[in-house]
Amino acid sequence: MIDNEKAAQKKRMTHLIMWIVLLLLFIMFIAPFLLVIINVFKTKGDITSNPLAFVGAHGFTTKNFPEAMRKMNFWNVFTNSAIITFSATVLTILVSAMAAFVIVRNSKWIACTLLFSAMVASMVIPFQVLMVPLVSVYGGTLNVLNHRITLILLHVGFSVSMATFMFHGAIHTTIPLELEEAAYIDGCTRWQTYWKIVFPLLKPTIATVAIIDAMAFWNDYLLPSLVLGRKELYTIPIATQAFYGTYSTDIGLVMAALLLAMLPILILYVFLQRYIVEGVTAGAVKG
Amino acid sequence: MERNTFSYKLKQFMMFAGPASILFFGTVLVPFVYGFYLTFTSWDGISKVKPFVGLENYTAAMQDSAYWAAIGRTAIYSLFAVILVNALAFFLAYFVTSGIKGQNFFRAGFFIPNLIGGIVLGYVWKFVFNRAFVAVAQAITGGTVPSLLSTTGGAMFCLILVSVWQYAGYMMLIYVAGFMAVSNDLKEAALIDGCTPSQAMQNVTIPLMRSSFVQCLFLSITRCFVVYDVNLSLTNGEPFNSSVMAAMHVYNQAFTYKNYGLGQAEAVILFVICAVIGVTQVYIGKKGEVDA
Repeated sequence: MIDNEKAAQKKRMTHLIMWIVLLLLFIMFIAPFLLVIINVFKTKGDITSNPLAFVGAHGFTTKNFPEAMRKMNFWNVFTNSAIITFSATVLTILVSAMAAFVIVRNSKWIACTLLFSAMVASMVIPFQVLMVPLVSVYGGTLNVLNHRITLILLHVGFSVSMATFMFHGAIHTTIPLELEEAAYIDGCTRWQTYWKIVFPLLKPTIATVAIIDAMAFWNDYLLPSLVLGRKELYTIPIATQAFYGTYSTDIGLVMAALLLAMLPILILYVFLQRYIVEGVTAGAVKG
Repeated sequence: MERNTFSYKLKQFMMFAGPASILFFGTVLVPFVYGFYLTFTSWDGISKVKPFVGLENYTAAMQDSAYWAAIGRTAIYSLFAVILVNALAFFLAYFVTSGIKGQNFFRAGFFIPNLIGGIVLGYVWKFVFNRAFVAVAQAITGGTVPSLLSTTGGAMFCLILVSVWQYAGYMMLIYVAGFMAVSNDLKEAALIDGCTPSQAMQNVTIPLMRSSFVQCLFLSITRCFVVYDVNLSLTNGEPFNSSVMAAMHVYNQAFTYKNYGLGQAEAVILFVICAVIGVTQVYIGKKGEVDA
Protein backbone atom coordinates (compact mmCIF):
# COMPACT_ATOMS: atom_id res chain seq x y z
CA MET A 1 0.00 0.00 0.00
CA ILE A 2 2.67 2.47 1.01
CA ASP A 3 4.62 1.56 -2.10
CA ASN A 4 1.59 2.26 -4.23
CA GLU A 5 1.06 5.63 -2.59
CA LYS A 6 4.69 6.51 -3.11
CA ALA A 7 4.48 5.51 -6.74
CA ALA A 8 1.34 7.56 -7.21
CA GLN A 9 2.98 10.53 -5.56
CA LYS A 10 6.05 10.15 -7.74
CA LYS A 11 3.83 10.00 -10.82
CA ARG A 12 2.04 13.18 -9.77
CA MET A 13 5.38 14.92 -9.30
CA THR A 14 6.70 13.90 -12.73
CA HIS A 15 3.43 15.02 -14.29
CA LEU A 16 3.69 18.38 -12.57
CA ILE A 17 7.26 18.86 -13.82
CA MET A 18 6.30 17.80 -17.34
CA TRP A 19 3.37 20.18 -17.24
CA ILE A 20 5.61 23.11 -16.25
CA VAL A 21 8.13 22.26 -18.99
CA LEU A 22 5.34 22.06 -21.54
CA LEU A 23 3.87 25.34 -20.41
CA LEU A 24 7.24 27.07 -20.74
CA LEU A 25 7.73 25.59 -24.20
CA PHE A 26 4.23 26.65 -25.16
CA ILE A 27 4.91 30.24 -24.09
CA MET A 28 8.11 30.20 -26.15
CA PHE A 29 6.14 28.84 -29.09
CA ILE A 30 3.56 31.59 -29.11
CA ALA A 31 5.92 34.38 -27.95
CA PRO A 32 6.45 35.73 -31.51
CA PHE A 33 2.70 36.11 -31.95
CA LEU A 34 2.35 37.75 -28.53
CA LEU A 35 5.09 40.22 -29.46
CA VAL A 36 3.20 41.20 -32.60
CA ILE A 37 -0.01 41.61 -30.61
CA ILE A 38 1.52 43.87 -27.94
CA ASN A 39 3.32 46.00 -30.51
CA VAL A 40 0.41 46.48 -32.83
CA PHE A 41 -1.16 48.84 -30.29
CA LYS A 42 1.90 51.07 -30.02
CA THR A 43 3.17 53.98 -32.06
CA LYS A 44 6.15 53.55 -34.37
CA GLY A 45 8.44 55.44 -31.97
CA ASP A 46 7.40 53.36 -28.97
CA ILE A 47 8.06 50.10 -30.81
CA THR A 48 11.55 51.24 -31.76
CA SER A 49 12.43 52.47 -28.26
CA ASN A 50 11.13 49.40 -26.45
CA PRO A 51 9.62 46.49 -28.38
CA LEU A 52 9.16 44.45 -25.19
CA ALA A 53 7.02 46.89 -23.18
CA PHE A 54 3.36 45.94 -22.88
CA VAL A 55 2.18 49.52 -23.29
CA GLY A 56 4.16 52.19 -25.12
CA ALA A 57 5.23 55.48 -23.51
CA HIS A 58 2.73 57.30 -25.71
CA GLY A 59 -0.05 54.99 -24.63
CA PHE A 60 -2.43 52.68 -26.37
CA THR A 61 -3.29 53.31 -30.01
CA THR A 62 -5.43 51.52 -32.60
CA LYS A 63 -4.62 53.78 -35.50
CA ASN A 64 -2.18 51.28 -37.05
CA PHE A 65 -5.10 49.10 -38.10
CA PRO A 66 -7.19 51.36 -40.34
CA GLU A 67 -4.09 52.68 -42.08
CA ALA A 68 -2.63 49.20 -42.69
CA MET A 69 -6.01 47.97 -43.90
CA ARG A 70 -6.27 50.81 -46.37
CA LYS A 71 -2.69 50.54 -47.64
CA MET A 72 -2.85 46.76 -47.92
CA ASN A 73 -6.32 46.96 -49.50
CA PHE A 74 -7.26 44.33 -46.95
CA TRP A 75 -10.87 43.53 -47.82
CA ASN A 76 -10.09 43.20 -51.49
CA VAL A 77 -7.12 40.92 -50.77
CA PHE A 78 -9.12 38.92 -48.24
CA THR A 79 -11.94 38.41 -50.76
CA ASN A 80 -9.46 37.23 -53.41
CA SER A 81 -7.94 34.72 -51.01
CA ALA A 82 -11.37 33.52 -49.93
CA ILE A 83 -12.69 33.09 -53.49
CA ILE A 84 -9.57 31.27 -54.66
CA THR A 85 -9.32 29.01 -51.60
CA PHE A 86 -13.00 28.14 -51.59
CA SER A 87 -13.33 27.39 -55.32
CA ALA A 88 -10.09 25.44 -55.54
CA THR A 89 -10.96 23.32 -52.48
CA VAL A 90 -14.46 22.48 -53.71
CA LEU A 91 -13.19 21.65 -57.20
CA THR A 92 -10.36 19.49 -55.84
CA ILE A 93 -12.81 17.44 -53.78
CA LEU A 94 -15.31 17.01 -56.63
CA VAL A 95 -12.85 15.95 -59.33
CA SER A 96 -10.60 13.79 -57.11
CA ALA A 97 -13.38 11.83 -55.43
CA MET A 98 -14.91 11.07 -58.83
CA ALA A 99 -11.59 9.99 -60.28
CA ALA A 100 -10.85 7.82 -57.24
CA PHE A 101 -14.24 6.11 -57.59
CA VAL A 102 -13.67 5.03 -61.18
CA ILE A 103 -10.09 3.99 -60.39
CA VAL A 104 -11.04 1.80 -57.42
CA ARG A 105 -14.03 0.15 -59.08
CA ASN A 106 -12.26 -0.55 -62.38
CA SER A 107 -8.76 -1.35 -61.23
CA LYS A 108 -8.20 -3.58 -64.28
CA TRP A 109 -8.65 -0.84 -66.87
CA ILE A 110 -5.29 0.25 -68.24
CA ALA A 111 -6.26 3.93 -68.22
CA CYS A 112 -7.05 3.72 -64.49
CA THR A 113 -3.81 1.97 -63.59
CA LEU A 114 -1.76 4.41 -65.65
CA LEU A 115 -3.46 7.50 -64.24
CA PHE A 116 -3.18 6.32 -60.66
CA SER A 117 0.48 5.31 -60.88
CA ALA A 118 1.33 8.60 -62.59
CA MET A 119 -0.43 10.48 -59.80
CA VAL A 120 1.32 8.58 -57.01
CA ALA A 121 4.72 8.98 -58.68
CA SER A 122 4.15 12.71 -59.24
CA MET A 123 3.82 13.38 -55.53
CA VAL A 124 7.62 13.54 -55.16
CA ILE A 125 8.01 16.32 -57.76
CA PRO A 126 8.82 19.61 -56.05
CA PHE A 127 7.17 22.76 -57.35
CA GLN A 128 10.55 24.23 -58.30
CA VAL A 129 10.84 21.81 -61.23
CA LEU A 130 7.47 22.86 -62.62
CA MET A 131 7.52 26.62 -62.17
CA VAL A 132 9.60 27.55 -65.23
CA PRO A 133 7.64 25.39 -67.71
CA LEU A 134 4.37 26.59 -66.12
CA VAL A 135 5.28 30.22 -66.67
CA SER A 136 6.48 29.37 -70.14
CA VAL A 137 3.29 27.54 -71.18
CA TYR A 138 0.63 29.55 -69.36
CA GLY A 139 2.36 32.91 -69.52
CA GLY A 140 3.97 32.67 -72.95
CA THR A 141 2.14 30.27 -75.24
CA LEU A 142 -1.39 30.47 -73.84
CA ASN A 143 -1.12 33.89 -72.18
CA VAL A 144 -3.70 33.17 -69.47
CA LEU A 145 -1.82 34.43 -66.40
CA ASN A 146 -3.39 37.20 -64.30
CA HIS A 147 -6.75 35.51 -64.02
CA ARG A 148 -8.17 34.05 -60.83
CA ILE A 149 -9.54 31.06 -62.71
CA THR A 150 -6.05 30.10 -63.96
CA LEU A 151 -4.71 30.05 -60.40
CA ILE A 152 -7.73 28.07 -59.18
CA LEU A 153 -7.30 25.41 -61.87
CA LEU A 154 -3.54 25.20 -61.26
CA HIS A 155 -4.14 24.79 -57.52
CA VAL A 156 -6.56 21.96 -58.26
CA GLY A 157 -4.14 20.35 -60.71
CA PHE A 158 -1.36 20.32 -58.13
CA SER A 159 -3.46 18.89 -55.32
CA VAL A 160 -5.53 16.43 -57.32
CA SER A 161 -3.04 13.55 -57.07
CA MET A 162 -2.76 13.66 -53.28
CA ALA A 163 -6.54 14.03 -52.90
CA THR A 164 -7.25 11.18 -55.34
CA PHE A 165 -4.82 9.02 -53.39
CA MET A 166 -6.68 9.72 -50.15
CA PHE A 167 -10.13 9.15 -51.65
CA HIS A 168 -8.78 5.98 -53.27
CA GLY A 169 -7.85 4.64 -49.84
CA ALA A 170 -11.19 5.65 -48.34
CA ILE A 171 -13.34 4.07 -51.09
CA HIS A 172 -11.18 0.96 -51.13
CA THR A 173 -11.42 0.29 -47.40
CA THR A 174 -14.68 1.82 -46.15
CA ILE A 175 -17.31 1.55 -48.90
CA PRO A 176 -18.76 -1.92 -49.39
CA LEU A 177 -19.36 -2.97 -52.98
CA GLU A 178 -22.68 -4.57 -51.94
CA LEU A 179 -24.18 -1.13 -51.29
CA GLU A 180 -23.47 -0.07 -54.85
CA GLU A 181 -24.74 -3.36 -56.26
CA ALA A 182 -27.99 -2.93 -54.36
CA ALA A 183 -28.36 0.52 -55.92
CA TYR A 184 -27.76 -0.89 -59.43
CA ILE A 185 -30.41 -3.55 -58.85
CA ASP A 186 -32.82 -0.83 -57.75
CA GLY A 187 -32.28 0.80 -61.13
CA CYS A 188 -29.65 3.46 -60.40
CA THR A 189 -27.13 4.32 -63.10
CA ARG A 190 -23.49 4.54 -62.14
CA TRP A 191 -23.64 8.32 -62.04
CA GLN A 192 -26.65 8.27 -59.69
CA THR A 193 -25.10 5.58 -57.50
CA TYR A 194 -21.96 7.63 -57.13
CA TRP A 195 -23.74 10.81 -56.09
CA LYS A 196 -26.45 9.20 -53.94
CA ILE A 197 -24.50 6.40 -52.25
CA VAL A 198 -20.73 6.76 -52.50
CA PHE A 199 -20.12 10.50 -52.26
CA PRO A 200 -22.19 11.04 -49.09
CA LEU A 201 -20.34 8.17 -47.40
CA LEU A 202 -17.00 9.88 -48.07
CA LYS A 203 -17.73 12.73 -45.65
CA PRO A 204 -14.82 12.09 -43.21
CA THR A 205 -12.28 12.04 -46.06
CA ILE A 206 -13.90 15.08 -47.67
CA ALA A 207 -13.40 16.96 -44.40
CA THR A 208 -9.74 15.89 -44.21
CA VAL A 209 -9.00 16.86 -47.80
CA ALA A 210 -10.87 20.16 -47.40
CA ILE A 211 -8.85 21.12 -44.32
CA ILE A 212 -5.45 20.19 -45.75
CA ASP A 213 -6.02 21.77 -49.16
CA ALA A 214 -7.77 24.89 -47.93
CA MET A 215 -4.85 25.61 -45.59
CA ALA A 216 -2.33 24.95 -48.36
CA PHE A 217 -4.16 27.20 -50.86
CA TRP A 218 -4.73 29.99 -48.35
CA ASN A 219 -1.05 30.12 -47.37
CA ASP A 220 0.58 29.40 -50.73
CA TYR A 221 2.91 32.11 -51.93
CA LEU A 222 5.11 30.95 -54.80
CA LEU A 223 2.48 29.78 -57.30
CA PRO A 224 0.11 32.75 -56.77
CA SER A 225 3.04 35.16 -57.02
CA LEU A 226 3.93 33.71 -60.43
CA VAL A 227 0.35 33.70 -61.71
CA LEU A 228 -1.09 36.92 -60.28
CA GLY A 229 0.84 40.00 -61.28
CA ARG A 230 -1.98 42.54 -61.07
CA LYS A 231 -2.40 44.28 -57.74
CA GLU A 232 -6.18 43.92 -57.59
CA LEU A 233 -5.86 40.12 -57.76
CA TYR A 234 -3.33 39.74 -54.92
CA THR A 235 -3.92 37.13 -52.23
CA ILE A 236 -3.01 37.64 -48.57
CA PRO A 237 0.57 36.20 -48.72
CA ILE A 238 1.47 38.21 -51.84
CA ALA A 239 -0.08 41.37 -50.44
CA THR A 240 1.85 40.92 -47.18
CA GLN A 241 5.09 40.54 -49.10
CA ALA A 242 4.35 43.60 -51.25
CA PHE A 243 3.31 45.59 -48.18
CA TYR A 244 6.52 44.73 -46.35
CA GLY A 245 8.55 45.75 -49.37
CA THR A 246 6.96 49.22 -49.41
CA TYR A 247 6.42 50.05 -45.73
CA SER A 248 9.09 48.01 -43.90
CA THR A 249 10.33 51.12 -42.07
CA ASP A 250 6.89 51.95 -40.68
CA ILE A 251 7.03 49.15 -38.14
CA GLY A 252 3.65 49.91 -36.52
CA LEU A 253 1.92 49.41 -39.86
CA VAL A 254 3.90 46.24 -40.49
CA MET A 255 2.73 44.82 -37.16
CA ALA A 256 -0.89 45.58 -38.05
CA ALA A 257 -0.53 44.05 -41.52
CA LEU A 258 1.03 40.88 -40.12
CA LEU A 259 -1.70 40.54 -37.52
CA LEU A 260 -4.37 41.09 -40.19
CA ALA A 261 -2.77 38.43 -42.36
CA MET A 262 -2.84 35.93 -39.48
CA LEU A 263 -6.21 36.77 -37.94
CA PRO A 264 -8.66 35.05 -40.33
CA ILE A 265 -7.09 31.62 -39.96
CA LEU A 266 -6.47 32.03 -36.21
CA ILE A 267 -10.12 32.93 -35.63
CA LEU A 268 -11.17 29.91 -37.67
CA TYR A 269 -8.79 27.76 -35.63
CA VAL A 270 -10.45 28.77 -32.37
CA PHE A 271 -13.73 27.28 -33.62
CA LEU A 272 -12.53 24.37 -35.74
CA GLN A 273 -9.43 23.48 -33.73
CA ARG A 274 -10.44 19.88 -33.05
CA TYR A 275 -11.34 19.19 -36.69
CA ILE A 276 -8.20 20.81 -38.02
CA VAL A 277 -5.90 18.84 -35.71
CA GLU A 278 -7.75 15.59 -36.50
CA GLY A 279 -7.88 16.31 -40.22
CA VAL A 280 -4.19 17.13 -40.47
CA THR A 281 -3.27 14.01 -38.49
CA ALA A 282 -5.45 11.81 -40.70
CA GLY A 283 -4.00 13.37 -43.83
CA ALA A 284 -0.40 13.12 -42.68
CA VAL A 285 -0.69 9.52 -41.58
CA LYS A 286 -2.43 8.39 -44.77
CA GLY A 287 -0.17 10.41 -47.05
CA MET B 1 -26.16 -3.08 -71.23
CA GLU B 2 -22.87 -3.43 -73.10
CA ARG B 3 -20.27 -3.16 -70.36
CA ASN B 4 -17.30 -4.57 -72.19
CA THR B 5 -17.09 -2.31 -75.19
CA PHE B 6 -14.32 0.21 -75.52
CA SER B 7 -16.73 3.11 -75.97
CA TYR B 8 -18.54 2.26 -72.73
CA LYS B 9 -15.28 2.16 -70.81
CA LEU B 10 -14.07 5.39 -72.39
CA LYS B 11 -17.31 7.14 -71.56
CA GLN B 12 -17.21 5.96 -67.95
CA PHE B 13 -13.58 6.92 -67.53
CA MET B 14 -14.00 10.36 -69.05
CA MET B 15 -17.17 11.02 -67.08
CA PHE B 16 -15.55 10.32 -63.72
CA ALA B 17 -11.83 10.78 -64.17
CA GLY B 18 -11.83 13.17 -67.14
CA PRO B 19 -11.66 16.50 -65.28
CA ALA B 20 -9.05 15.19 -62.84
CA SER B 21 -6.91 13.77 -65.66
CA ILE B 22 -7.03 16.96 -67.71
CA LEU B 23 -6.05 19.15 -64.75
CA PHE B 24 -3.35 16.73 -63.62
CA PHE B 25 -1.86 16.45 -67.10
CA GLY B 26 -2.04 20.19 -67.69
CA THR B 27 -0.39 21.28 -64.47
CA VAL B 28 1.96 18.43 -63.57
CA LEU B 29 2.75 15.95 -66.34
CA VAL B 30 2.98 18.22 -69.37
CA PRO B 31 5.06 20.91 -67.60
CA PHE B 32 7.28 18.19 -66.13
CA VAL B 33 8.08 16.72 -69.56
CA TYR B 34 8.24 20.13 -71.22
CA GLY B 35 10.59 21.23 -68.43
CA PHE B 36 13.07 18.56 -69.47
CA TYR B 37 12.95 19.90 -73.01
CA LEU B 38 13.58 23.45 -71.71
CA THR B 39 16.83 22.33 -70.05
CA PHE B 40 18.22 21.75 -73.55
CA THR B 41 17.43 25.29 -74.72
CA SER B 42 18.78 28.72 -73.88
CA TRP B 43 15.42 30.43 -73.61
CA ASP B 44 15.46 33.97 -72.16
CA GLY B 45 11.80 33.99 -71.13
CA ILE B 46 10.63 36.57 -73.67
CA SER B 47 11.56 35.61 -77.21
CA LYS B 48 9.44 33.19 -79.23
CA VAL B 49 12.45 31.10 -80.28
CA LYS B 50 14.03 28.67 -77.86
CA PRO B 51 17.46 27.90 -79.33
CA PHE B 52 18.53 24.29 -78.84
CA VAL B 53 21.87 24.07 -77.02
CA GLY B 54 22.16 20.40 -76.09
CA LEU B 55 23.75 19.67 -72.75
CA GLU B 56 25.23 23.17 -72.34
CA ASN B 57 22.90 24.07 -69.44
CA TYR B 58 23.93 20.99 -67.50
CA THR B 59 27.65 21.75 -67.94
CA ALA B 60 26.96 25.34 -66.94
CA ALA B 61 25.04 24.12 -63.88
CA MET B 62 27.96 21.86 -62.92
CA GLN B 63 30.30 24.86 -63.07
CA ASP B 64 27.95 27.28 -61.32
CA SER B 65 29.77 27.63 -58.01
CA ALA B 66 27.01 29.79 -56.48
CA TYR B 67 24.55 26.97 -57.16
CA TRP B 68 26.67 24.31 -55.48
CA ALA B 69 27.35 26.64 -52.57
CA ALA B 70 23.56 27.00 -52.21
CA ILE B 71 23.11 23.21 -52.39
CA GLY B 72 25.79 22.71 -49.73
CA ARG B 73 24.17 25.35 -47.54
CA THR B 74 20.79 23.67 -48.02
CA ALA B 75 22.29 20.32 -47.03
CA ILE B 76 23.74 21.78 -43.81
CA TYR B 77 20.52 23.62 -43.06
CA SER B 78 18.45 20.48 -43.72
CA LEU B 79 20.70 18.29 -41.58
CA PHE B 80 20.33 20.52 -38.52
CA ALA B 81 16.69 21.38 -39.11
CA VAL B 82 15.62 17.76 -39.71
CA ILE B 83 17.39 16.42 -36.60
CA LEU B 84 16.12 19.21 -34.35
CA VAL B 85 12.57 19.17 -35.72
CA ASN B 86 12.25 15.45 -35.15
CA ALA B 87 13.88 15.49 -31.73
CA LEU B 88 11.64 18.31 -30.53
CA ALA B 89 8.53 16.83 -32.15
CA PHE B 90 9.14 13.42 -30.58
CA PHE B 91 9.74 14.99 -27.20
CA LEU B 92 6.55 17.08 -27.47
CA ALA B 93 4.53 14.07 -28.64
CA TYR B 94 5.75 12.03 -25.68
CA PHE B 95 4.71 14.79 -23.29
CA VAL B 96 1.27 15.38 -24.79
CA THR B 97 0.38 11.67 -24.80
CA SER B 98 1.49 10.98 -21.24
CA GLY B 99 -1.95 11.75 -19.83
CA ILE B 100 -1.19 15.11 -18.25
CA LYS B 101 -3.81 17.82 -17.80
CA GLY B 102 -4.67 19.91 -20.84
CA GLN B 103 -2.83 17.75 -23.36
CA ASN B 104 -5.32 18.54 -26.11
CA PHE B 105 -4.79 22.23 -25.48
CA PHE B 106 -1.03 21.78 -25.81
CA ARG B 107 -1.39 19.73 -28.98
CA ALA B 108 -3.52 22.43 -30.56
CA GLY B 109 -1.14 25.15 -29.31
CA PHE B 110 2.06 23.67 -30.69
CA PHE B 111 0.37 23.28 -34.05
CA ILE B 112 -0.38 27.02 -34.41
CA PRO B 113 2.73 27.94 -36.49
CA ASN B 114 1.58 25.51 -39.20
CA LEU B 115 -1.61 27.44 -39.73
CA ILE B 116 0.21 30.46 -41.05
CA GLY B 117 2.11 30.74 -44.30
CA GLY B 118 5.90 30.90 -44.43
CA ILE B 119 5.91 34.46 -45.78
CA VAL B 120 4.04 35.88 -42.78
CA LEU B 121 5.98 33.73 -40.29
CA GLY B 122 9.25 34.96 -41.76
CA TYR B 123 8.29 38.62 -41.27
CA VAL B 124 7.07 37.95 -37.73
CA TRP B 125 10.42 36.39 -36.84
CA LYS B 126 12.33 39.12 -38.65
CA PHE B 127 10.74 41.52 -36.20
CA VAL B 128 11.60 39.25 -33.27
CA PHE B 129 15.25 38.93 -34.30
CA ASN B 130 15.79 42.52 -35.40
CA ARG B 131 13.94 44.27 -32.59
CA ALA B 132 13.05 42.06 -29.61
CA PHE B 133 16.28 40.00 -29.44
CA VAL B 134 18.38 43.09 -30.05
CA ALA B 135 16.55 44.95 -27.27
CA VAL B 136 17.16 42.07 -24.84
CA ALA B 137 20.82 41.75 -25.82
CA GLN B 138 21.38 45.48 -25.46
CA ALA B 139 19.72 45.53 -22.06
CA ILE B 140 22.08 42.76 -20.92
CA THR B 141 25.35 44.03 -22.41
CA GLY B 142 24.57 47.73 -22.24
CA GLY B 143 26.07 48.43 -25.68
CA THR B 144 24.80 48.25 -29.25
CA VAL B 145 24.42 44.72 -30.54
CA PRO B 146 23.89 43.85 -34.21
CA SER B 147 20.92 41.67 -35.15
CA LEU B 148 21.64 37.98 -35.68
CA LEU B 149 20.14 38.35 -39.14
CA SER B 150 22.91 40.74 -40.20
CA THR B 151 25.75 38.30 -39.46
CA THR B 152 26.63 35.51 -41.90
CA GLY B 153 26.44 32.59 -39.47
CA GLY B 154 23.55 34.14 -37.59
CA ALA B 155 21.22 34.25 -40.60
CA MET B 156 21.61 30.48 -41.09
CA PHE B 157 21.02 29.93 -37.39
CA CYS B 158 17.84 32.02 -37.54
CA LEU B 159 16.59 30.11 -40.55
CA ILE B 160 17.13 26.78 -38.77
CA LEU B 161 15.46 28.05 -35.59
CA VAL B 162 12.38 29.29 -37.44
CA SER B 163 12.06 26.06 -39.43
CA VAL B 164 12.27 23.96 -36.26
CA TRP B 165 9.63 26.12 -34.66
CA GLN B 166 7.46 25.96 -37.78
CA TYR B 167 7.50 22.20 -38.43
CA ALA B 168 7.79 20.73 -34.91
CA GLY B 169 4.06 20.99 -34.25
CA TYR B 170 3.15 19.21 -37.47
CA MET B 171 5.61 16.36 -36.96
CA MET B 172 4.43 16.17 -33.35
CA LEU B 173 0.94 15.23 -34.60
CA ILE B 174 2.39 12.33 -36.61
CA TYR B 175 4.40 11.11 -33.61
CA VAL B 176 1.29 11.45 -31.43
CA ALA B 177 -0.56 9.16 -33.84
CA GLY B 178 2.41 6.78 -33.61
CA PHE B 179 2.37 6.77 -29.81
CA MET B 180 -1.38 6.13 -29.77
CA ALA B 181 -1.00 3.19 -32.16
CA VAL B 182 1.33 1.33 -29.78
CA SER B 183 -0.98 -0.67 -27.56
CA ASN B 184 -0.77 -0.18 -23.83
CA ASP B 185 -0.78 -3.96 -23.25
CA LEU B 186 2.66 -4.25 -24.82
CA LYS B 187 4.09 -1.48 -22.65
CA GLU B 188 2.54 -2.98 -19.53
CA ALA B 189 3.83 -6.44 -20.44
CA ALA B 190 7.34 -5.00 -20.75
CA LEU B 191 7.03 -3.28 -17.37
CA ILE B 192 5.80 -6.48 -15.70
CA ASP B 193 8.72 -8.37 -17.25
CA GLY B 194 10.99 -6.01 -15.36
CA CYS B 195 11.80 -3.27 -17.86
CA THR B 196 12.29 0.21 -16.49
CA PRO B 197 10.04 2.80 -18.22
CA SER B 198 12.98 4.06 -20.27
CA GLN B 199 13.89 0.51 -21.35
CA ALA B 200 10.28 -0.08 -22.36
CA MET B 201 10.41 3.11 -24.39
CA GLN B 202 13.68 2.17 -26.05
CA ASN B 203 12.94 -1.49 -26.72
CA VAL B 204 9.19 -1.62 -27.26
CA THR B 205 7.64 1.74 -28.11
CA ILE B 206 10.32 3.24 -30.38
CA PRO B 207 10.79 0.15 -32.58
CA LEU B 208 7.02 -0.07 -33.06
CA MET B 209 6.91 3.59 -34.06
CA ARG B 210 9.43 3.14 -36.82
CA SER B 211 6.95 3.99 -39.57
CA SER B 212 6.25 7.35 -37.87
CA PHE B 213 9.96 8.11 -37.88
CA VAL B 214 10.32 7.13 -41.53
CA GLN B 215 7.38 9.34 -42.45
CA CYS B 216 8.45 12.36 -40.40
CA LEU B 217 12.00 12.16 -41.71
CA PHE B 218 10.76 11.93 -45.29
CA LEU B 219 8.41 14.89 -44.86
CA SER B 220 10.97 17.07 -43.09
CA ILE B 221 13.80 16.26 -45.53
CA THR B 222 11.72 16.91 -48.64
CA ARG B 223 10.32 20.13 -47.16
CA CYS B 224 13.67 21.46 -45.96
CA PHE B 225 15.38 20.81 -49.28
CA VAL B 226 13.02 23.07 -51.17
CA VAL B 227 12.49 25.71 -48.45
CA TYR B 228 11.60 29.02 -50.07
CA ASP B 229 8.92 31.16 -48.38
CA VAL B 230 10.65 31.60 -45.03
CA ASN B 231 13.98 32.04 -46.77
CA LEU B 232 12.52 34.86 -48.87
CA SER B 233 10.80 36.77 -46.09
CA LEU B 234 13.23 36.17 -43.23
CA THR B 235 16.65 36.68 -44.83
CA ASN B 236 16.09 37.12 -48.58
CA GLY B 237 19.51 35.51 -49.01
CA GLU B 238 21.29 38.24 -47.06
CA PRO B 239 23.80 39.15 -45.74
CA PHE B 240 26.11 38.87 -48.77
CA ASN B 241 24.14 35.96 -50.24
CA SER B 242 25.18 33.83 -47.27
CA SER B 243 21.68 32.42 -46.74
CA VAL B 244 20.57 31.74 -50.32
CA MET B 245 19.09 28.23 -50.31
CA ALA B 246 18.90 26.03 -53.40
CA ALA B 247 15.26 26.86 -54.21
CA MET B 248 15.95 30.59 -54.00
CA HIS B 249 19.00 30.25 -56.23
CA VAL B 250 16.92 28.38 -58.82
CA TYR B 251 14.20 31.03 -58.68
CA ASN B 252 16.67 33.87 -59.10
CA GLN B 253 18.56 32.09 -61.88
CA ALA B 254 15.34 31.66 -63.87
CA PHE B 255 13.21 34.67 -63.07
CA THR B 256 15.65 37.36 -61.93
CA TYR B 257 18.58 36.70 -64.28
CA LYS B 258 16.31 35.32 -67.03
CA ASN B 259 18.44 32.19 -67.57
CA TYR B 260 15.37 29.97 -67.88
CA GLY B 261 17.15 26.97 -69.40
CA LEU B 262 19.95 27.02 -66.84
CA GLY B 263 17.53 27.64 -63.97
CA GLN B 264 15.39 24.71 -65.08
CA ALA B 265 18.46 22.45 -65.40
CA GLU B 266 19.43 23.39 -61.84
CA ALA B 267 15.88 22.70 -60.66
CA VAL B 268 16.02 19.25 -62.26
CA ILE B 269 19.33 18.49 -60.51
CA LEU B 270 17.80 19.66 -57.21
CA PHE B 271 14.82 17.37 -57.82
CA VAL B 272 17.08 14.38 -58.51
CA ILE B 273 19.15 15.01 -55.34
CA CYS B 274 15.97 15.44 -53.30
CA ALA B 275 14.33 12.31 -54.72
CA VAL B 276 17.45 10.16 -54.22
CA ILE B 277 17.82 11.20 -50.58
CA GLY B 278 14.09 10.80 -49.88
CA VAL B 279 13.76 7.39 -51.53
CA THR B 280 16.99 6.05 -49.94
CA GLN B 281 15.79 7.16 -46.53
CA VAL B 282 12.38 5.52 -46.96
CA TYR B 283 14.01 2.33 -48.32
CA ILE B 284 16.43 2.03 -45.38
CA GLY B 285 13.68 2.93 -42.93
CA LYS B 286 11.12 0.45 -44.25
CA LYS B 287 13.63 -2.42 -44.32
CA GLY B 288 13.89 -2.58 -40.54
CA GLU B 289 10.21 -2.17 -39.77
CA VAL B 290 8.73 -4.53 -37.18
CA ASP B 291 5.19 -5.54 -36.30
CA ALA B 292 3.82 -6.24 -32.86
